[in-house]
Amino acid sequence: MGIPLDLLINAIVAGLLLGGFYAAVTVGISISFGMLDVVNIAHPAFIILGSYIAYILNSTTGVDPILIAIVVLPAFYLLGAAIYQVYYLSFERRGQEALRGLAFFFGLLFITEVSLILVFGVDYRYVEAVYIGPTWRLGFVDFPLRMLVPCTVSLLMVIGLQLFLTRTFIGRAIQAVAQDQLALQLLAANPIRIKRIAFGISIATAALAGAFLIIIQPVEPSVGREYIGRVFAICVLGGMGSLPGTVIAAMLLGVVESFTATFYGPSWAPAVSFGFLLLTLAVRPAGILGR
Amino acid sequence: MRPWKFFLLALAVGAIVFALALAARSDYLFFAGFVVLQFIVLATAWNILGGYCGYVNFGSAAFFAIGVYTAVALHKIGANSGRYLSGTVAEFLQPLFPLSIAALVVLSGAVAGVIGFGMGYLTLRLRGVFFAIATLAMAVVLQTLVINWDFVGGSRGAYVIRPDSMTIGGFKLDYIQYLFAIMLVLAVVALSVSRLIERSRLGYGFATIRDDEMAAEAAGVPTLRLKLIATTISGAFMGMAGAPYPYYIGYVEPAGTFGLQYAVNSIAMPMIGGTTSWMGPLIGAVMLGSLQQIATVTISSAVNLLIVGVLLVVFVIIAPKGIVGLVQDWLRARARP
Repeated sequence: MGIPLDLLINAIVAGLLLGGFYAAVTVGISISFGMLDVVNIAHPAFIILGSYIAYILNSTTGVDPILIAIVVLPAFYLLGAAIYQVYYLSFERRGQEALRGLAFFFGLLFITEVSLILVFGVDYRYVEAVYIGPTWRLGFVDFPLRMLVPCTVSLLMVIGLQLFLTRTFIGRAIQAVAQDQLALQLLAANPIRIKRIAFGISIATAALAGAFLIIIQPVEPSVGREYIGRVFAICVLGGMGSLPGTVIAAMLLGVVESFTATFYGPSWAPAVSFGFLLLTLAVRPAGILGR
Repeated sequence: MRPWKFFLLALAVGAIVFALALAARSDYLFFAGFVVLQFIVLATAWNILGGYCGYVNFGSAAFFAIGVYTAVALHKIGANSGRYLSGTVAEFLQPLFPLSIAALVVLSGAVAGVIGFGMGYLTLRLRGVFFAIATLAMAVVLQTLVINWDFVGGSRGAYVIRPDSMTIGGFKLDYIQYLFAIMLVLAVVALSVSRLIERSRLGYGFATIRDDEMAAEAAGVPTLRLKLIATTISGAFMGMAGAPYPYYIGYVEPAGTFGLQYAVNSIAMPMIGGTTSWMGPLIGAVMLGSLQQIATVTISSAVNLLIVGVLLVVFVIIAPKGIVGLVQDWLRARARP
């Protein structure tokens, strides 16, 4: 094979960094779709919303985008809780989540995207921060800070969530609601409240993921669509609702996409996630770490 | 009413619509009407899978685009067959080109049907939601493929020059009138097929899948086979709706052809009209389609997409059975003293 070693290693590193970012993008879906069985296909639209909020506040105040995202986390949490409440009252309680619930989220995706287009147009927007631009070099391996910072913060977030889900009462209740809603009710915990909290958290992660996205690349409203295939591919491959599985699957997809971009050209990268998704669904629907 | 009687009646209604449109002597009416008819076909096709079986297809734009690009590719091969086909094949196929639009419609439908079957085969054995997600992802991937496919213009797009006029049986029609007529016939066929399915054994099988797939499977309904039939028919009609489009618009490029407006409209129209009968998509498409044509002219094309999105969300929350359901409830309430 005529592939130079440094190109190969750089592609792997770039893929792992990209994968770290994909973990942040997917972790919300792993909670809402994997654990709560709420097929929130509008999640990428909320990520783009997060990007635009980071863009607005960054361009007016100059504050660091990740800091902005952390500040607006509670607002996203409340938005998520409110959406779940509407979803529960209109669809889940009536047992209509399959067809109309999906259409509801599709409508939300659409409304968010078109509203952003109407307000901001289809120009690419970007943020400014000190770590956008410089690159660390270790030997011949590049670590662009633009990728390294989101990747690191993203992994910290996933670790934090995993600790929350396994160590606290509410976290364990969220995992329990995924397994048996009735049993939770018998233990005197309100499953609807637990699900509302969990869905709020899943949307809150979109605020951070949005900030990462606009640090990594300029954003316009329809960018989110490319992520729909990706996030569900990672979520399914990671075993639906397993956060460690999500990280592994995200890294895997990141490396494969990075290889495709390096050796075949970046315009082919979006097709990779779909191939991944179809292959997973056809061969092993339970995912890597699935039960 | 017997299916063939319905078909003839629908054809007669179509002929009256066409005659009225001719009498109005407005080219704009044909251009706007073509889009509305196109949405009738797309919405009806979506409803065969979505409304009857309860399986959501987010990839309407992809199936539509398969139709569009099949037509573009065949048009291009036809225009310079000597260059793309080898000697004997070219000689053999030469008399067939240029293909008539009717032939393109059939071929595009066949290609889209086959792709629908393949998609269904890979994902329909799992829970319905995986099929929905896969169709969503498929739209992105097909767009990637088309962007990288230079033969049909890649991301630069491709021009299709349409003739000025067309002569059928002594009548000379403007080409847009001819396209309108083709779409009208296609809409009549789609509605007839949809109504036929609704009242046949097949349709009852579909309804069992929608209401309780597990119970249907247990009762011996061959659910996978029925779902595959539905996906294939639905995909084929969406592809057929796409075939005349390049001749209508004259220039196709991936971003426009895969536009979200096709996906959202073909879901919103049946949902707003009502998903359980063939009338729902028709009512939804005529209403939303006309509304959008008016809004595009008077306000802007981005705003009318927002209107569709908001209407979709409002309807699925407040009136889950759509307009048809509202009317049925009202009639029932009135019949009861």
